[in-house]
Amino acid sequence: MIGIVGYGTYIPKYRITVEEIARVWQKDGKAISKSLNVKEKAVGSLDEDAATIAVESARRAVSHAGIKAKDIGALYVGSESHPYAVKPTASIVADAIGASPDLTAADLEFACKAGTAGIQMCMGLVGSEIPKWIKYGMSIGADTAQGRPGDALEFTAASGGAAFIVGKKKEEIIAEIEDTYSFTTDTPDFWRRQQAEFPRHAGRFTGEPAYFKHVMRAAEGVMKMVKMKPKDFDYAVFHQPNGKFPIRVAKMLGFEREQIEQGLTTPHIGNTYSGSMMIGLSSVLDKAKAGDKILAVSYGSGAGSDAFVLKATKNIEKNRPTSVFEMFKDKEYIDYATYAKFRKKLKSL
Amino acid sequence: MEGNLPLIWRKFGERYDLDGNKCTTCGTAYFPARAVCPQCRRKGKLVDQKMPKTGKIITFTELFSGPAGFEHETPYFIAIIELDNKARLLSQVVDSEKEKVKVGARVEKVFRKISDIDPEGPIAYGYKFKVRD
Ligand SMILES: [Zn+2]
Repeated sequence: MIGIVGYGTYIPKYRITVEEIARVWQKDGKAISKSLNVKEKAVGSLDEDAATIAVESARRAVSHAGIKAKDIGALYVGSESHPYAVKPTASIVADAIGASPDLTAADLEFACKAGTAGIQMCMGLVGSEIPKWIKYGMSIGADTAQGRPGDALEFTAASGGAAFIVGKKKEEIIAEIEDTYSFTTDTPDFWRRQQAEFPRHAGRFTGEPAYFKHVMRAAEGVMKMVKMKPKDFDYAVFHQPNGKFPIRVAKMLGFEREQIEQGLTTPHIGNTYSGSMMIGLSSVLDKAKAGDKILAVSYGSGAGSDAFVLKATKNIEKNRPTSVFEMFKDKEYIDYATYAKFRKKLKSL
Repeated sequence: MEGNLPLIWRKFGERYDLDGNKCTTCGTAYFPARAVCPQCRRKGKLVDQKMPKTGKIITFTELFSGPAGFEHETPYFIAIIELDNKARLLSQVVDSEKEKVKVGARVEKVFRKISDIDPEGPIAYGYKFKVRD
């Protein structure tokens, strides 16, 4: 048996509303907010980056799991905003939470889905015969996503992260991973070159052939493997580049709105990229009861989707962390000028 | 910073996770770690000890002009913090509304960037504190 033994989410305190961003660019904020189904996004402070967000998420996951950080034998950080081009974020996290030095660690990048690829890698290492010593694996999705000022992405690109600890002891598992499946193709819908500050995207191309195709194929693939239909799930959570896409893809797959509501977090904090689906899944685990079945599907541009089928165990009800929706309330609104300073959009910073 | 790298690197435990030590003879906790317990001298026995991650503000000040590398962060708070084991340290206080930063306020440790001046140089990470609601 392989499953999640603990999880942790970190959302920076600061928020900027879609209307405030639209005000600066003289666009209709109310209409944009409505069409994206995003009210505001979380913004990391001047002294926050993907590494600090990963550390805070990781700490919370360790505390929730109630394990020793030293027992983490594999640690992966998925992000598209790693602070260094060369120098791992994962080793910073390992040191900061006290997991080093007896572990394997690496940074992963696959746009918004690197964190879920890390969960699959942890499943393999924790579950395999060799090596035997890896008791737990941790995968983190953390980003301080950037949108070019004035670009459509700026309304949603947010900061935040989530960490999951994978283990194999039945008495510790809060959600068993029953199966996982992935769907991957070379689809250039979104990219950022090595020296470029902001990513570029292929406009409308990001929809049908990219997000919808990959999420659907991965979801259908994993459901076929476990012989389940949408009605067999209590919850479903999808990657959320905005508040509209996950609702639409759920409908296309045959899920009801009630099944996705608990995992829909982007309307409140924006798209946290690598953190997006993982924060949504954390929110679902906040509420899930023993026996509940969960479908979780990530999406990363470029392009691929990882789909998971999870089943909550009775252990999940023993020890609930501060819920994701509770974290949304700890916030302070900032204006565009402060946002530009925090995210270093001014060249002199 | 690059010239100081070996020195800074040796302090990662202290900066990242408040690694200090404790005298088992008199029970006093030290942060940063000390080589000798000033109270027990040669009778003292020091062991590594992680400091608690929560405490309270003893005194604080708001800075309006920061030193090099902190110019863009002003205004910000720095405070003397007493951890739950009585060890004291100086730290920046972040993510806390002005009216909440006061003597006696409960604080918790957060992990943040301490300095990131040179875009091609290393980034320094470490502890800061925030007021607990
Ligand atoms: Zn002593």
